[in-house]
Parts: sequence; C-alpha cells; structure tokens
Amino acid sequence: MTEPSPTEAAADPRPAGLSRRRLLGALGAGTAGVLAAGAAGGVIGRATADDAPAAAGPAPTDAVPFHGEHQAGIVTPAQDRLHFVALDVTTDDREELAQLLRDWTAAARRMTAGQDAGPDGAVGGSEWAPPDDTGEAIGLPASGLTLTVGFGPTLFTTADGRDRFGLAARRPAPLVELPAFPGDQIDPAISGGDLCIQACANDPQVAVHAVRNLVRIGAGVVSVRWSQLGFGRTSSTSTAQATPRNLFGFKDGTDNLKAENGSALDRFVWVGDGDADWLRGGSYLVTRRIRMLVEPWDSSPLREQELTIGRAKGSGAPLGQRAEFDPVDFTKQVDGEFAVPETSHVFLAHPTNSGTAILRRGYSFVDGTDGLGRLDAGLFFIAFQKDPETGFVQVQRNLRLDAMNEYVRHTSSAVFACPPGVRDDADWWGRALLEG
Amino acid sequence: MSVRDRRLPLLTAGLLAALTTAACGGAGSGSGSGGASGGGEAADTVAVAATDDACDVASSELAAGTHSFSVTNSGQQVTEFYVYAEGDRVMGEVENIAPGLTRELLVELPAGDYETACKPGMVGDGIRGDLTVTGEAQSLSEDETLAQASTDYQRYVQSQTGALLEQTTAFVDAVKAGDVEGAKALYPVARTYWERIEPVAEVFGDLDPLIDGREGDQAEGEDFTGYHRIEQALWVGGTTEGMTPYADQLLANVQEIVDLANETTLEPLQLANGAKALLDEIATGKITGEEDRYSHTDLWDFAANLEGSEAAVQALRPFLEEADPDLVAEIDERFAATEAELEQYRTEGGWTLHDQLTQEQLQGLSDSITALSESVSQVAAVVADR
Repeated sequence: MTEPSPTEAAADPRPAGLSRRRLLGALGAGTAGVLAAGAAGGVIGRATADDAPAAAGPAPTDAVPFHGEHQAGIVTPAQDRLHFVALDVTTDDREELAQLLRDWTAAARRMTAGQDAGPDGAVGGSEWAPPDDTGEAIGLPASGLTLTVGFGPTLFTTADGRDRFGLAARRPAPLVELPAFPGDQIDPAISGGDLCIQACANDPQVAVHAVRNLVRIGAGVVSVRWSQLGFGRTSSTSTAQATPRNLFGFKDGTDNLKAENGSALDRFVWVGDGDADWLRGGSYLVTRRIRMLVEPWDSSPLREQELTIGRAKGSGAPLGQRAEFDPVDFTKQVDGEFAVPETSHVFLAHPTNSGTAILRRGYSFVDGTDGLGRLDAGLFFIAFQKDPETGFVQVQRNLRLDAMNEYVRHTSSAVFACPPGVRDDADWWGRALLEG
Repeated sequence: MSVRDRRLPLLTAGLLAALTTAACGGAGSGSGSGGASGGGEAADTVAVAATDDACDVASSELAAGTHSFSVTNSGQQVTEFYVYAEGDRVMGEVENIAPGLTRELLVELPAGDYETACKPGMVGDGIRGDLTVTGEAQSLSEDETLAQASTDYQRYVQSQTGALLEQTTAFVDAVKAGDVEGAKALYPVARTYWERIEPVAEVFGDLDPLIDGREGDQAEGEDFTGYHRIEQALWVGGTTEGMTPYADQLLANVQEIVDLANETTLEPLQLANGAKALLDEIATGKITGEEDRYSHTDLWDFAANLEGSEAAVQALRPFLEEADPDLVAEIDERFAATEAELEQYRTEGGWTLHDQLTQEQLQGLSDSITALSESVSQVAAVVADR
C-alpha cells in the first residue's frame, strides 16, 4: 500500500471517471501539482459522480487485444490474478537480447489470444521433441491474459557501470533506482531486475502458464531474479469494476485513475514528448512488495482501523461521508476533530494532498507463513505513471507520517520502463529501443 | 540417483526392447579403450610422454588406420590421455594412468584433424596438441553414422568402467582398512566414473538403487546400501566401523554392473535421451545438494554428469552436423558456457563443496544447466526424425 492502497484507494468514487480529471479541470492546467486540500475534495467527488458509466466490459474469459498504441495490462480492467517476474539478462550480446524480445513477442501474441506458446503446441510436435508449449493451459480460454514487459535501469547500465548493450545513452532520464524511504526493509534479492514481465489473467493457471513459457524461451539469455504471485486485484482500473478489498479488509482503489479518463491518463500515466523517443506511449512501472502485519492489524479496534485508513470499513465511504464514492472532504469536522485524520492513509495519499496521481494495479499475496506462524501476506503494489519521481516517489514521500506504516513493511522494490504497445505482426517489444 | 530415477528416465518400454547387447570389442588395455572395435592391428606405436605440465606425442601426423599410443606418465599426478575429434568427440582414451605407469591405447583414426590431450590430475581441458591424420576420407551413410555413434559411445563407456572398478576397489580397500581420510579422498573420485556413465547403469534398474540409492529411498524392509551408506558413515559418523559388509557388497555390485555395461550398446535415441537424463541428474540432484548430502562433494558429480552428457552428444556429432548444424553450434556454445560456470569453483585437487556455494552461485550453475538442457533436449527428435 503504498499510497493509495488501502485507503486512498478508497477514496474514489465511482466507477466513473477519474476523480483527478475533474479535479484538475477545476483547477486549470494543472497538474498534478499541489492542490488545496479542502476545495479539491469537494470538487473531486462531484466530478466523479457524474461521469458517464462505462459500457459493460468483456467477459472474463475473452481475449484482450495484444496489439495497440499502448501495452495491454496497464489500463486494461484489472484481472483477478497476477504472476509477476523480474529477470536479469545473462548475455552481453545485444542481438541475443533483441532475438529474445522477438521470440517473447511472438509467444505473447499467441498466448494472449488463447493459443499455445509455440506453433507446434503442447501436443502437436514430434513425439521425441519436448513440446514447445508446456500444456497446462490446454482447453483454457484466453482468460483476459495480458503480458506487459518493462526494462529496468540495469538493462541500460549494469550496477557496476558497464554499458554492455550500447544502450546507456538511451536510458530515459527518469529511469533510475528508487530512493530509499523511511522504514524500508528492502531485500535486494527480491528487488530490481533488468527486465520484467507482468502477466495478469482471470485464471491463475493461465497467468502462470504464460510466465513459465516465456521464462523457458529465455533459457540461456535471462535468469529469473524474483517473482511474485498475486490474487484478488486490489484496485479497480475501470469504472465498470466494483472496488475490491485488500487484506486489511478495506476497499482499495476507489479513487484510482481509470481507463475511461483519457486526458488524465495522458497527464499521469503515458510517456509523451519530453522523454526518450522510444518510450513514447509507454509508462513507468513501480512495484513494491508490501508485507501487511496482519496479526496486529486484526487485533486493533475497528475505530482505530478506520482512523488509520480514513474510510469506513463497511461502506468504503470517506470518514464523515455516507457512501463510497462521496468525495473525500478534508475540511469536515466531527466533534471538533477532522473527520479524516491528517495521519490517515487517505489523507496523505489522496491526490489532493499528494499533488499527483498514479494508476494503481496491485494484487494481494499470501506467501504462506513466515516461519513464526504469522501470515506472510500483504499487497504486491504495482503503479504505472508518466515519471516515477512525480508519481510513486512523490506519493510515497508524502506517507512518512502515515498511521498505516505501523502495519506495513516494504520488502521489495523495483522500477521499469514499459515500452509502448506492439503495433502489428512485424513489431516487437522494445524494437524502437534496440533498432533505433 | 533417487527413487524417481528408478523409472529409468531415459528409456521408454519400447526403447528397452530395442536395447541391444553386443560382444565387447576387446579393444584397448587396462582401462583404455580405442576405436579399433574388433581388435584391429596397430600400424605402429606412438609414444606419448606425459608429465604434470607436458604432453609430448611422438608424431603429430599419422596415416589413416589403427594406431597404438603408448602413454608413459612420468609426472607426480595421475593422468589421462585422450584423442579427440572436432567438438571433443572422444575417439579413444585411457584413464587413470598412475605416476610411473605406461598404458596402451588402441585407436582407429579415419583421415581428419584431431587433438591429443593429457589431463594431469584428471581435470580440465588438459594439455592439447594437434594431430593430423591423412588418407582417404570416410564416407558414411546416415545409418552408418548413427551406428558409429553407438560404437563410439560404447568405447567411452568401456574406458569409464575400467576406471570405475579400479577406483571403487581402492575406495573399498580404504574403507575396509579403517582409513577414514583415505576413503573420504577416494569417494568423489570413484563416483566420478560412476556418474559419467549413469545412463548405462540405469538400464540395469535393480542394481542402480543398490549402488547409488540415498537414505530414505528404500522400500519397507530394504537396507540402505551403496556409496551413500558409506558416505554417511564417513562424514556423519567419522568412522568405517561396520562398513565392511557394505563395502564388499558395493564392489560386487559395481563389478556386476561393469560387466553388464561393457556388453551393452545404447541405441542412438538412448544416447540422446541419456545425455538429457544426465543434465536432469545435475538439475535435480547436484544443484540441490541432495546427491552427496553428507560429504557435499556434489560438484564432482556435477562435473562427471556434464562430461558424460557431452560424451553422449559428441558420439552423435557426425550425424548431427549433417542433420542440424545450428543445433550443434548452440549445444557447443552452451556446453562451453556451463563448463566455464563450473570452472569457477575448481579448487586445488577438486571442487568447492556444495554447502560453501552461495545462492547466487548456485543460480548461475542452475541457469546454465537449464539452458543447456533446452538445447540437448532437441537432439532426440533430430535423431528420431532421420
């Protein structure tokens, strides 16, 4: 939860548009800049409420188009399941890297359409050859599978300063390792990576199948650095989706950026002019594995939980309001106290006070227990933004005094530049970077 | 070897039926084995003077035909002598030449470019020299090339079985003499020869678990026997006490499997699957440290499995170069990458112990084996589709 997570998340309104859009509109050109808390709150809520509802989405089993201006898996309505993997490139040969990206693109094009990873498939090849698909997705529909690829800072320049692919000069300026934040307990072994693949689907087996096959194709070229399974999306990224609950039991993602608001996406999510040319139409991906200390959380009083988050646990309404999509009113007082405490997660993470917006797309995780019998669980936070510095970093810096910090620990961190979408059958992930 | 291995991973029932046995050619002497199956007569004798830092072969140009190499080791370390065709395909080799000994190697060499190699200490690429053989080039049909692969690999197996028996005998003798340190030193060496040819050993499914089973693999009422039983006594108990019956039984079982292996010729498809199976052994047993869980000498076995896998692939090389040269190039590259990865952990007289490897180092080894396996796993279909 970094930010928005639980709480903030909570803030948003309906399925409708983005609160921020209105917010910004009201303020003028703006930006994500700092906004006056009180006024903004009210504006936001209304704004959202009267945006037109989105059309009904596709069925959960349908295929999501692979080709497009942007990569799928960013503003695609969040699917239910995640398999995220970060990899290091083990070759120093630029052409081997390019060939891997071509091979990955071809396999991803097939798998997102509900097909086997390779042309022979799981059972269509020679009986003496290992099948070019691993087979566990036989008979399963596309299940909304999206595969989203990103490039980490170490792809451009290794940690020890080597420019092994001749890409150092093409590193986008914003693509730098995230700074340390107060309270971080980052484990380097499950952080960073030269490349990442985000696989999301409405069937966990489909997501796992996709990652497994892409990793297999990468043998000899990439080495898996770490991976994370997630379930239960913790954000809605479309107005057509209901707001889910995270493992704190609170609605999360109410006020998230939504796919339907193109102008806010252009402002906050998509890389435009003024950054690396090859990245235009792409986005920056930040991941944080946020362990929730659920046992202490579970034994804290309801009132404390709600004051920590800044929302009502049942309805998801901002404190002091009645319904989930009511605007967060930071000026409202109850019995002489602000309804939404200044240390609550919603207060600090809300765009009104963080002065920016990010597209959250996180998932809950439970990785068993921690050896002491406690649930090793939390939120695998994923955010997309136009620039990490004015996106996640700005939000997270604002959370230094967040009351929720008592209940969370950030244990992994990574940042990637996700190239724009694959345009057609001749295009491939990263072509503009590696051929340009 | 684990319980899982009892299903004979490299063999399907159909392949088992295809397993053939053939009379051993009786080539070579000692533990050496050359290409002259059927016992061709040597045209001449080529002297090889091996020391710890030199490998002087009396002649670097020979006429096509059968030659006898007489290898004298005047160094301080045990050595080996190889004749390699391209890609380190073993044309003939003699193992385990102790200091002061001379051993003969009989090899049939068609026209072509070869390399000779002495391996003092029995490790690494060895001290190489060029060997050119002139005369009429062989022209083999595809089927003949494949048949030759089986013969070549049988020759390799025979060279290993001799050394396996010798080193296991030495190990057993040390155990029975109560020499704990001596036995510990010999344990990974003896296993090297075993691990190189395990695809053949596994053909004889009942012997393999007796020789190489791990604790806990046994069925109810079965005793825990073999190399690992003695390994446990040496490293956990620090003793050889009570091990004499297990040592005797181990030697008897090894003798039996050596006799059987020497009479066995693997079909080309079995070679391909055996090469992959050896890499699987590395991935499932050595990377994890399961194989030598008491001694942690897993990298000795890793190196041996890798060499055995390469020997099986290289036996198929003449065929593969015609059928799929791109695959051969990829396999060469990945064997080299894996060997380079492993080479980092070579120590004086052996290998770093498994429990001293970091997670990162193990991942490097694992990644290279995974990549190599993907390539080697393509060989069987190329052979089957001929």
